[in-house]
Amino acid sequence: MILTEDLRRTFRRRGAVVEAVRGISLRVERGELVAVLGPNGAGKSTLLRMLTTLLRPTAGTAQVAGVDVVADPAGVRQRIGYVGQGNAGGHHHRVLDELVTQGALYGRTRAAARRRAGELMEALELRGLERRTVASLSGGQRRRMDVAIGLVHRPGLLFLDEPTTGMDPQARANLWEHITRLRREMDTTVVLTTHYLDEADAMAERIVVVDHGEVIADAGSAALRARHAEDRIVLEVDEPATVKDLVDGATVVGFRVELRLADGARVLPGLLARLERAGVTVHAAHLHEASLDDVFLALTGRSLREEGAAA
Amino acid sequence: MSVTVVTRVEPDTVRPGFVRDTVTIFLREFQLVLRDPFSLIFSLLQPLVFLGLFAPLLAGSLSSDALGGESPLTWFLPGVVVMIALFGTGSTGANLLYELMTGSYERVLATPVSRPAILVGRALKELAPLVVQAVIITLAALPFGVRFSPAGVVVGLAILGVFGVGLGALSYALGLASRNREWLFWGVQQTLIFPLLILSGMMLPLESGPGWMQAAATVNPLTYVVNAERAAFTGALADPAILHGAIAATLTCAVGLVVGVRAVLRSAG
Repeated sequence: MILTEDLRRTFRRRGAVVEAVRGISLRVERGELVAVLGPNGAGKSTLLRMLTTLLRPTAGTAQVAGVDVVADPAGVRQRIGYVGQGNAGGHHHRVLDELVTQGALYGRTRAAARRRAGELMEALELRGLERRTVASLSGGQRRRMDVAIGLVHRPGLLFLDEPTTGMDPQARANLWEHITRLRREMDTTVVLTTHYLDEADAMAERIVVVDHGEVIADAGSAALRARHAEDRIVLEVDEPATVKDLVDGATVVGFRVELRLADGARVLPGLLARLERAGVTVHAAHLHEASLDDVFLALTGRSLREEGAAA
Repeated sequence: MSVTVVTRVEPDTVRPGFVRDTVTIFLREFQLVLRDPFSLIFSLLQPLVFLGLFAPLLAGSLSSDALGGESPLTWFLPGVVVMIALFGTGSTGANLLYELMTGSYERVLATPVSRPAILVGRALKELAPLVVQAVIITLAALPFGVRFSPAGVVVGLAILGVFGVGLGALSYALGLASRNREWLFWGVQQTLIFPLLILSGMMLPLESGPGWMQAAATVNPLTYVVNAERAAFTGALADPAILHGAIAATLTCAVGLVVGVRAVLRSAG
């Protein structure tokens, strides 16, 4: 569905050359749900804007839905849906008007556009808001409308640029419900960007980690964690020194023994049984499973969570 | 990579194209007027304000000799129509500034819509009220004994429409250039629009002005448009001023569309 080769984009900012995307080669198969994860300024949006023809690549090639983005941008636009960071609807326009206009922009007749608008209003719980202006909608309603606008022409490939940024947890969960359901029903390939770790973890089957304009990791969440980060087991015991001798690789911190390893959840029960046989009393056992943030930390030496909070 | 056909082409799809896209963009903008007609009412009052408040002063301070022997109203009203078109289409880009910030401009760009259609559709929306305004002016002038030729008014509006599309496209390009800097748009727009207006002889005749002003007026495309409107409204359709005005309008339109489309393409990378 998507095939890029050494895709690059540089900007000029006050005389300086900024390399926003520096050589991304990516392949996305039909039906995949891919999250592009990275801190602000990592190049996520620039990548997405090139794939959606909103930005011309400086170098490299990209085929989207079987069409080259530079040779036939109109062909790409016809085949993809795009939900940008901002709100799609004009603020003074009415919800239904905008959905019908969107259909007309894709060459639908007014009647067909109106039918489709009705379907989408139903599917995205926008019924009753037909005559409201976009400005009067709540944040969650507005975002659902953005998704509806992106789906008007039944694209086989949907791009979502930070679809849930700034939304409250409930509205986020609600939007995700809609996206996953529509994806199932329409067999849509979805590519989205996010800087929410938990979201990428929970929703995407595949996570592409981008930093400084490059892909630094690309795999499923579990595989990423297994490959780039370790789980941590912390035991509270009376005699940490004894435990340290019994368990390879353990370190002592006060009355705690700390152990870094892969697959901590499977190791922990056996470890506890072994310590019991050796006569060690364990007061408490903590398991800290590796998170995507640990993955990012391991790959870049920086925490994504902190950067996200600072931004 | 296997080439998969991902769009199901629906039977209700019509062949897209510049004209259809222009209509769609025009209707999208015009919807705002239809849904909230108050703005239209005020814009219709505008020409009457000029008719009622400016024309008497002009009549008092200028002899009809200075106006080429015409009555002040006959001379003045076509200028008002041009002025309304100038301010209307000149603000095309201003309406864009907001959409640039919210994201609805980007959403339109992500669709396969024809790029020139975005410019022309928006400029036409600013021109649409002009048709009604011109009719009102023509009717309002009747009690003052001024008669305009309906056929001439139609020709005049056509020339003005072509000019307005060009100016609207330029305004649009200016709007794109002042993304996130609203002051820049208005600063540049006002700095250009008033000299352009005064140096066209729209509000006051330039014949009494100094030579350099008259020289400047000859390179101002608006001068030719204004002269063409004056000739057209009186029904002098054989007047060479009409041809000159049509040429000036066409050139403005061509330059505007080239600059505007380039700006749209650049804004999309």
